[in-house]
Amino acid sequence: MGRVVLVTGVGRDFGGRFARLIAKDPVVDRVIGVDVVPPPADLGEVHFVRADIRHQVIGKVIADDEVDTVVHLGVAATTSSAGRRASMREVDVVGSMQLLAACQQAASVARLIVKSSARVYGSSPSDPAKFREDMSPRRMPSSGSGKASVEVEGYVRGFARRRPDVCVTLLRFANLIGPQVNTMMTRYLELPIVPTVLGFDPRLQFCHDEDALDALHHSALADVPGCFNVAGAHVLTLAQAVRRLGRPHIGVPPLALGTLGSLIPQLRQADLSAEQISFLTHGRGVDTTAMRRILGFEPKFTTPEAFDDFAARSPAAAMHLERVAELERQVATLIAKARIYGRR
Amino acid sequence: MVDADGAETSPVEQSAEITDSLVDAAKEAFGDDLWERRLAELFAFFRRRITGAYEVDDFGFDVELTERFLLTALRPLAENWFRIDVRGAGNIPSVGGALVVSNHSGTVPIDGLMTALVVHDHANRFLRMLGADLIFRLPFIGELARKGGATLASTEDTEEMLSAGELVGVWPEGYKGIGKPFSERYQLQRFGRGGFVSAALRTGVPIVPCSVVGAEEIFPLVGNIPSLARLLKVPYIPVTPFFPWLGVLGMVPLPSKWLIEFGKPLRTDSYPAESADDSTLVGNVTDQVRETIQQTLHSLLLRRGGVFS
Repeated sequence: MGRVVLVTGVGRDFGGRFARLIAKDPVVDRVIGVDVVPPPADLGEVHFVRADIRHQVIGKVIADDEVDTVVHLGVAATTSSAGRRASMREVDVVGSMQLLAACQQAASVARLIVKSSARVYGSSPSDPAKFREDMSPRRMPSSGSGKASVEVEGYVRGFARRRPDVCVTLLRFANLIGPQVNTMMTRYLELPIVPTVLGFDPRLQFCHDEDALDALHHSALADVPGCFNVAGAHVLTLAQAVRRLGRPHIGVPPLALGTLGSLIPQLRQADLSAEQISFLTHGRGVDTTAMRRILGFEPKFTTPEAFDDFAARSPAAAMHLERVAELERQVATLIAKARIYGRR
Repeated sequence: MVDADGAETSPVEQSAEITDSLVDAAKEAFGDDLWERRLAELFAFFRRRITGAYEVDDFGFDVELTERFLLTALRPLAENWFRIDVRGAGNIPSVGGALVVSNHSGTVPIDGLMTALVVHDHANRFLRMLGADLIFRLPFIGELARKGGATLASTEDTEEMLSAGELVGVWPEGYKGIGKPFSERYQLQRFGRGGFVSAALRTGVPIVPCSVVGAEEIFPLVGNIPSLARLLKVPYIPVTPFFPWLGVLGMVPLPSKWLIEFGKPLRTDSYPAESADDSTLVGNVTDQVRETIQQTLHSLLLRRGGVFS
């Protein structure tokens, strides 16, 4: 008999895409997608169950279908509605607790894959250039989705201790990027003028959303327990990234950035929380040696490649590149003309 | 369009005049033969900067910016102001990981920048400097430090860079060295806990001792304002004979004569990697490096003669 996979968070675009992807795998018999909201697109062969993972009904779903693989994507909320953010994080943390409790009761569950975020490392000037999975943050994320991810990871570790027979894989993703991604980071980068923290140019690392889907797919079938950073190789600085998008950026003092963030409606969309501002000040890099060597996963996109794929969706970027190249050609032609003129 | 004589000039002629003067300026700047290629290179450089099509490494090191701007800006200071004499540049390994250990002085870490420039110009390598977290907390300075190849002085970053085959520079005296009073000049302070030696032992790279004479005199530190330093969360607020009394003018470094000497590399690959945890061995190697630098400082001071000569 093939695998029975339960996927949480299919109400979001990313979760829905993952459920469809894993349903196509021949070793998978059945995929059950769970969320409180119906998926935005048709899930195909995925069996959708509308349920709140905070309630005990989830335990019944797991028991009835003899689920052996649980892929928990309902962590590190990337919500679009600013006002609901705090309550969404609450849903994530409490929901994760309930889901883990249900998994603990179910003897059929043999593997658990949890999507977490590199935000658990925080951002500070005392950070090492690249965080390894065993390093602790220099400054604990005290609020925001970073804190929620830290809490969820704590419950996952507790679960791993109580159910040593279950293969638990925790994936810490760098910021997702790609033509289909819509997060607070992409909304920030796509502002008409990007406000940056004056005097700082943070290092950013990205993970292409297709690589993220592949990494989850790989982990769901690979049976490699542990915690792994998942990100494309190399880094981009924020200024470099914004320039690749062909957008102007302007340095703003950090305190003013927070104020601006709450005053200007466009900026409110970009969610310039204290956590995000410290990320935009000091940046973050993660070490992906364990991902390659132990998990055995190799992303298709490096960070710059993933970013360029994202930039291609934005019309400004293409025009910008052409315009700069055109200017260079014009000046070169002008000089060539001047030389002929000068010889005469 | 009307020119000085009142005669009409076409836009074509006018733009040709502008380009003529541009070409003349380019010839002036780059020399007659090379100007065309150089100009094309410069254009390509600006295009890469504007469109973000340049590369930085995992630590944020921007080679292009460092070579074109940062080092170019420092060179006149090194050559004309401090008139740095370099000795023993051949002791810097031409390839592979190595750890340059230097004394630290001068109130502000100009000695680190000068050492990096000298290493680039005389040994054709980039010195990857290790800095305190204070540097990375400061706006602009932290950004430039990362782009110039520096990273945080932490075990993780040091070992990562050394195993990647980089030439890493460390100033183990830290604030104790750079912020010591002028009366204690050229007396090496404690070398921390020898963390740099552990990193070298673990990665098996040679240690190159580096002695810098001259940086002690650029901002003679005669006092400190501890209360203000605590308030601003910095290790000290320097008081020199000219700062803060002369304001910005007091920030001009005195033109002391500098000597930089790189000593014979100390090999660490004969020790097993576990010896990095052997505190006695680490202590001994630390003392050995410190002693070499201190003795070289004394002999360089004798050689230099006058402070400004």
